[in-house]
Amino acid sequence: MSSDTSLAGPGVAELEELARRARVHIVQSIATAHGGHLGGPLSAIDMLIALYFRILRIRPEEPDWPDRDRFVLSKGHSSIALYTALAMRGYFPVDELSTFDAVDSRMQGHPDMSITPGVDMSSGSLGLGFSGAIGIALGARAAGKDFTTYVMLGDGECNEGVVWEGAHVAERYALGNLVAIVDHNKLQQFGWHGEDVQHRLPPYTGSQLVDRWTAFGWKVFEMDGHDMADVLATVGAARDHTAGPAAIIAHTVKGKGVSYMENDYKWHSRVPTAEEFEIAMRELGETGGAA
Amino acid sequence: MTITPGKSLRVAFGETVAELGDSDPRIVVLDGDLGSSTRADIFEAAHPDRFFQMGIAEQNLLGVAAGMATVGFVPFVSTFACFAVARALDSIRVLIAQPKLSVKITGGYAGLLAGMTGKTHLMFDDLAIMRVMANMVTVAPADEVEARQAIPAIVAHDGPVYLRLNRESAGNLFDDSYRFELGKSVVVREGGDVTVFSTGTHTVRVLEAAEILAAEGIEVHHVHVPTLKPLDEEGIVEAARRTGFVVTSEEHTIIGGLGGAIAETLADRHPVPVKRHGLADTFGESGPDDALLEKYGISAEKTAAAIRTLIADR
Repeated sequence: MSSDTSLAGPGVAELEELARRARVHIVQSIATAHGGHLGGPLSAIDMLIALYFRILRIRPEEPDWPDRDRFVLSKGHSSIALYTALAMRGYFPVDELSTFDAVDSRMQGHPDMSITPGVDMSSGSLGLGFSGAIGIALGARAAGKDFTTYVMLGDGECNEGVVWEGAHVAERYALGNLVAIVDHNKLQQFGWHGEDVQHRLPPYTGSQLVDRWTAFGWKVFEMDGHDMADVLATVGAARDHTAGPAAIIAHTVKGKGVSYMENDYKWHSRVPTAEEFEIAMRELGETGGAA
Repeated sequence: MTITPGKSLRVAFGETVAELGDSDPRIVVLDGDLGSSTRADIFEAAHPDRFFQMGIAEQNLLGVAAGMATVGFVPFVSTFACFAVARALDSIRVLIAQPKLSVKITGGYAGLLAGMTGKTHLMFDDLAIMRVMANMVTVAPADEVEARQAIPAIVAHDGPVYLRLNRESAGNLFDDSYRFELGKSVVVREGGDVTVFSTGTHTVRVLEAAEILAAEGIEVHHVHVPTLKPLDEEGIVEAARRTGFVVTSEEHTIIGGLGGAIAETLADRHPVPVKRHGLADTFGESGPDDALLEKYGISAEKTAAAIRTLIADR
């Protein structure tokens, strides 16, 4: 979309490099904390980098700027991906990522708007961040503000009934200032088993997510959530659709970027061993250790 | 004090929020499809552009209110206490209480007397659930006069509030000279034999009970506690000191509500015998108000009898 490429900021190649470094930070942070989630953050991070470096109208030096675009990570367990994007964008020092999940840290396991700069809504109990985002969009309209509210959900998160409560209301109020991105990485934490218990089925298959969001009256887009050019174009188109709420079904790979994590449900929240960590760093093009 | 006829708390709620909306553009009302019962419809008629219908979907209702609070609005959420507190509890906890957002949750039809609805709708553990939640100010007005003053006071408080609203008036206790203060208890009757604490509209029945007991020579020191959190610890200790014997009485389970709050405070600050009167550890049922008050033991007469027995068993 021309409206995106006209925005100032890094180009596709630079965004890809930022995302590579972000993946290194994510794996390092989880390894340091000996806890957290990896699969979801790695499926979401390309989109977060595109949002924070190109799409969102923000002022990192003024996190509470009233006219900023809002971003709500409703899939709050991918918090380390959000913190990484915020840190790299300058909201707080990148070094702070190493305090992830520690006592007194601003990098809590799930996002806490009351302590972390740049976090627009607390989340972690799935589905609720989406409701909060709808409230922000509804409030923006009532207050005459022109900013856009973006919210990212997981595909497993769409199991939650409150998601569909909110989808109905957002359509009812024709919230054209709201863009939902569903990180459709085809795996939830455990889910239903397939041909055997080692193989887990996707929470939604085929066109089910597209059909469901469409049925709820949303304008639905699809994109490859790892293709920066596609992300910029599709999110821009969704933002420019102002007749009502827009949902983007982002096709992604859980654990994207580290071969042994990709498409394996067990990496939803596993911590790499020392050996696995070295493999991950190598695959992410990190030879020196630090990103 | 004399008890005079008064409007219901729900009418006081609708009228007061509508009036506040005239001068305070931050105030919005979000309804869970019960506006014609909770009287949020009064606000809608006055400010249709700031009334938001969220449909029959309470988890989302509370979450949307939180989002609106982040952009500077002061949302009043209007639904029945059972749906706000029980059904949407996680939304309240994660999106309102934890981030300390200024959302005012009104629990309509709270207590035992909810218009022939039965146990699904009768919510009399709401005060216990809400007051134990960190950051949650918890208020239960006695009458129309107090409700009209409590509502601007909770707007002035920059944080989450649960406002319990019983469906019907038990009569007006206070007159225009009354001044509600968030976090303060109020002595409604002086006496030296027993200190009785009460909250919500049940305070009116307790005052009637105190008059019944006065005729028998038992002088009740009656303290109304409209704010369960933050609790007026000083006022409670002082009132307990007056008689050295305390009874709590409430239209709420005796577990964890006013009785629990008073017992906790006095155990820490001024240990004296405390007896709790109210609804037993049970659920309710359908029925006319008078019959329910009688069966569940919280009519004025039953309350007087309970206080009499508790004193005798002292």
